[in-house]
Amino acid sequence: MSNYAYILWIPLLPLATFLVLGLFGRKYFKTFSGTIGTASLLASAVLSIVAAYQYFFVDGKVNGVYEKIIAFKYTWLAFSPNVSIDMGIIIDPISVMMLVVVTFVSLMVHLFSLGYMKGEERFATYYAFLSLFTFSMLGLVLSSNIFQVYVFWELVGVSSFLLIGYYFDKPSAVAASKKAFIVTRFADLGFLIGILLLGFYAGTLDIGILIQKLTNAASPEFTGMATASFLGVSALTWALTLVFMGGAGKSAMFPLHIWLPDAMEGPTPVSALIHAATMVVAGVYLVARLFPVFSMDASALNVVMYTGAFSALLAAVIACTQTDIKRVLAYSTMSQIGYMMFALGVSKYGGENGLGYMASMFHLFTHAFFKSLLFLGAGAVIHMVHSNEMGDMGGLRKLMPITHIAFLIACLAIAGIPPFAGFFSKEEILTAAFHSNKMIYGVALFTSALTAFYMFRLYYSIFWAKEAHVHDHHGEGTLTMKLPLIILAICAVGAGLVPFSSLITSDGAALETHVDMIFSIAPVTLAVIAILIATAFYKTQNDKPAKAAAAFGGLYRAAQHKFYMDELYIFITKKIIFPLIGQPIAWVDRNIVDGFMNLLANTTAKISALIKGFQSGKVQNYALYFFGGVAALAVVFIYLWK
Amino acid sequence: MNLSLLIIIPLITALVILFCNGLKQVRAVALTGSVVQLLMSVFLLSTYWQERTAGNKLPMLFEYNTTWFKSLHINYHIGVDGISIAMILLTASVVVAGILVSWTMEKLNKEFFFLLVLLSMGAYGFFISLDLFTLFFFLEVAVIPKFLLIGIWGSGKKEYSAMKLALMLMAGSALVFVGLLGVYYQTNTFDIMQISQMHIPLETQKLFFPFAFIGFGIFAALFPFHTWVPDGHASAPTAASMFLAGISMKLGGYGCLRVATFLMPDAAHAYSWIIILLATIAIIYGAFATMMQTDLKYINAYSSVSHCGFVILGIGMMTQTSINGAVLQMVSHGLMTALFFAAIGMIYSRTHTRMVAQLGGLLKVMPFISTVFVIAGLCSLGLPGFSGFVAEMTVFMGSWQNPDTWYRLATILSCASIVVTAVYILRAAGKTVMGPITNNEYLGLADATWNEKLAAGILIIGIVLIGVAPFLINQLIGPGTENIMQQVGKVVTLK
Repeated sequence: MSNYAYILWIPLLPLATFLVLGLFGRKYFKTFSGTIGTASLLASAVLSIVAAYQYFFVDGKVNGVYEKIIAFKYTWLAFSPNVSIDMGIIIDPISVMMLVVVTFVSLMVHLFSLGYMKGEERFATYYAFLSLFTFSMLGLVLSSNIFQVYVFWELVGVSSFLLIGYYFDKPSAVAASKKAFIVTRFADLGFLIGILLLGFYAGTLDIGILIQKLTNAASPEFTGMATASFLGVSALTWALTLVFMGGAGKSAMFPLHIWLPDAMEGPTPVSALIHAATMVVAGVYLVARLFPVFSMDASALNVVMYTGAFSALLAAVIACTQTDIKRVLAYSTMSQIGYMMFALGVSKYGGENGLGYMASMFHLFTHAFFKSLLFLGAGAVIHMVHSNEMGDMGGLRKLMPITHIAFLIACLAIAGIPPFAGFFSKEEILTAAFHSNKMIYGVALFTSALTAFYMFRLYYSIFWAKEAHVHDHHGEGTLTMKLPLIILAICAVGAGLVPFSSLITSDGAALETHVDMIFSIAPVTLAVIAILIATAFYKTQNDKPAKAAAAFGGLYRAAQHKFYMDELYIFITKKIIFPLIGQPIAWVDRNIVDGFMNLLANTTAKISALIKGFQSGKVQNYALYFFGGVAALAVVFIYLWK
Repeated sequence: MNLSLLIIIPLITALVILFCNGLKQVRAVALTGSVVQLLMSVFLLSTYWQERTAGNKLPMLFEYNTTWFKSLHINYHIGVDGISIAMILLTASVVVAGILVSWTMEKLNKEFFFLLVLLSMGAYGFFISLDLFTLFFFLEVAVIPKFLLIGIWGSGKKEYSAMKLALMLMAGSALVFVGLLGVYYQTNTFDIMQISQMHIPLETQKLFFPFAFIGFGIFAALFPFHTWVPDGHASAPTAASMFLAGISMKLGGYGCLRVATFLMPDAAHAYSWIIILLATIAIIYGAFATMMQTDLKYINAYSSVSHCGFVILGIGMMTQTSINGAVLQMVSHGLMTALFFAAIGMIYSRTHTRMVAQLGGLLKVMPFISTVFVIAGLCSLGLPGFSGFVAEMTVFMGSWQNPDTWYRLATILSCASIVVTAVYILRAAGKTVMGPITNNEYLGLADATWNEKLAAGILIIGIVLIGVAPFLINQLIGPGTENIMQQVGKVVTLK
């Protein structure tokens, strides 16, 4: 086995870039910062690809399975002899795959931003934050300790806060960044409590040992956790569901998804990074990382499955009604992440039954390429049109030929049309769902048709529909903007050909999969029909969409308003938490608690004011008290003492 | 090394200040003295480290013991362990930063710097004392200057706040004194190390523990005796706010640990449920109260109530990890709140307002100060990489080790405060430093000066060092908390 210590450099390079650009960028490398950031990330990406090559093809399998290797480990914060936060590096199929995905997509985003963000005043800061974001995500995927995951989890959260709020003088950007951080923080609370539970029952925070202990049904740790119950639910289910709550927050699963559509307030390349390679896939990765433990508990897996499937459907419905192109893409992300989640939910551990796991990771992989392509393409469009609204676009295919073709490829890929990448991964997900839960399969099929519909609605609205009316166009942007589109388009075509089933499976052993032609007929036909409907509706301007919207009436309006989830959250915070919890507490503190302290002080002062009269220093007064006392005593002795 | 130097240097500095003329001389002397003290503290750390690596396992190092009042068994007994060294380093950093941010203090500057240095002397003496009477003496030395600092140099309703703070802290001292006398009459000595070797009967402990704990607790913002905190901090001048939060409140936490819990562990066990109840209330209640504040200083003061609740919680849970966490939280909170108050002071001195609603978009005009503000905020909401995360997580993990169901519930409720903290920090930062500029006059404001940058830099280095390499400070305070745990007895660890 070869030495993997060099993997440490993959996250360290972006960290170094962040420090250098963050501390000195504004002053010394105002214009070079983009080049510095991109170069260091290029090095990280090359190292990641080398690592992947070495892991999958040079070292290969040992006894038919890919091994888990701990390449580095350092006790960072020890709580007790067994329980500590270690900073480590775990090398296994999914972490190596994620290394490639994260560095590759991030590199494309870095490259694209060179042109897109050119001339920005805070150019260096932007690249510093991009590097921080990449570093945090790399640290997260390499984590060998569950608390280490949490450490980087929080760093991912703050990086997204900084990037979404990059245009900090725009109130909407500030609001969106706060929302993203607070909603995910709320979810992280669940994650933290889940970690506390796992740490207590398993007696370790090390993921390897944790999995070892909790997947052995005879171990005292497992039996302890499965039998201990709180409110009728076992401690294991509690812990896993709470951990999943953290994942659902980052991965924008219902009902914690509300931050994602607003997160587009950040620069568009950042959205590509958030939606494709960092942040939103963190939740999927977390569940996959702990999957052996999840597979021991059907209830927790069911939660994952139903949440994923419902989110996929809900987001697809909403996406059909939105007019802001980034918002459509945001909901499509939520929908696709829902796919990955329920694929994990229907899966089991090991062998043929582990198909869902493999399919989920496969979809994560292909989705990263076509989703980042979609966002970068949208970025190129917005760069030209200076608007996010579909109404301001149309007919751009002649002005932006490269973007047009790349975007079309991405749409075909996400719609699941063969032979584009999305087809293969979606096919595996549908197969896995079909063999496990027919209802989920139905939802997945319907969602997949909706996906094809709303993606082509988007495509036609941008590139067809009407004649372009953009006058001040400056071409498709620089070479650094076009190049990532071309590279990603190639990936969106070819990524499906990666022999995933022999590389990344739940137990590390190869899995026999075969694309079943007959099975593919249903989803592909549905997708094609959906695309045809979209063509009829949106290729030229007509009144069919309006009629269809009217036909759906209430459902359409509700979907357009995102099913009033934002309103619900605002109601809870503004009408319940602030006035009914915050204000009473603040009032009680000032008036009751502090009032009591003041009362104590005032009473003391009054009593002393009352008493101090007795010590007036006047002899007459003392004489008066003296004789008064004598008189009183006389009365007592004479009359009462009998 | 001779620990008395830690008291002598501030004393000499204070005396020299009295003979200086003009702001320039005064501040030069004050800064020199405090920097020398900081270097001494670092030197103390390194010699301590050498002793420990050489295998010195004594609970207290560099001890010195001499009779002060023989008839009353009062000794001048000093010595340090890792916990005291952490506190001394914290104090020294905050003092240097506090003097730097007061660089242009015109009003009665001689008296101002004299009082600051005197206050710090009290704190140093307190942290190295191993004799209850000496400890109490230095506690009092640290209280009086605060009254004057707020009453003379403060703002707003400063007389009221100064009086309130002084009265409440005096009441705290009085309670502490009753507690100490109770211990003294039982053991006939004031020596902390000797008392820890004796066994005070449970009934006596139960009688006097509340005095000592509540007395110190008032300093450490123990609910419901925290009400001096918001008013006191809000009215104090910047440096005094930094000293209050960074140093004074730590006297309380340290006293709760070193005196109340260490000397009367049985009573601490018996009353732990009350301690935890009050701490949990302080954490949640403080966080929600912070959310409703509109003045930056009140925000930071109320958040201090919430954050100091973690110190009390850690002590009340009485596992080694939780006590480690309590100490970490003291250091972390001291550095971070001092930094926060420094940033608020810098903003206030330029914009002349601390009201969140009137501020906005400062990141554009003063990037340095705004970045400091955001860093302090992120530390406060427990972001990994800063000290707050390390401290809070250690408290959570330690508290969780206590297997009692109700204590578990308290831990979970306390964890929930991380969400509320995020809300109030982001609300404050989002409005103050982000967003559009609300007042065109702000456009002409200047960013931080060299002294302000230096002050912030010192505190940020501390915060980041703990946040990035927590194993270092853990090694420092580990033996100290172990020693306390031996006293507290029941070591509860994970399976």
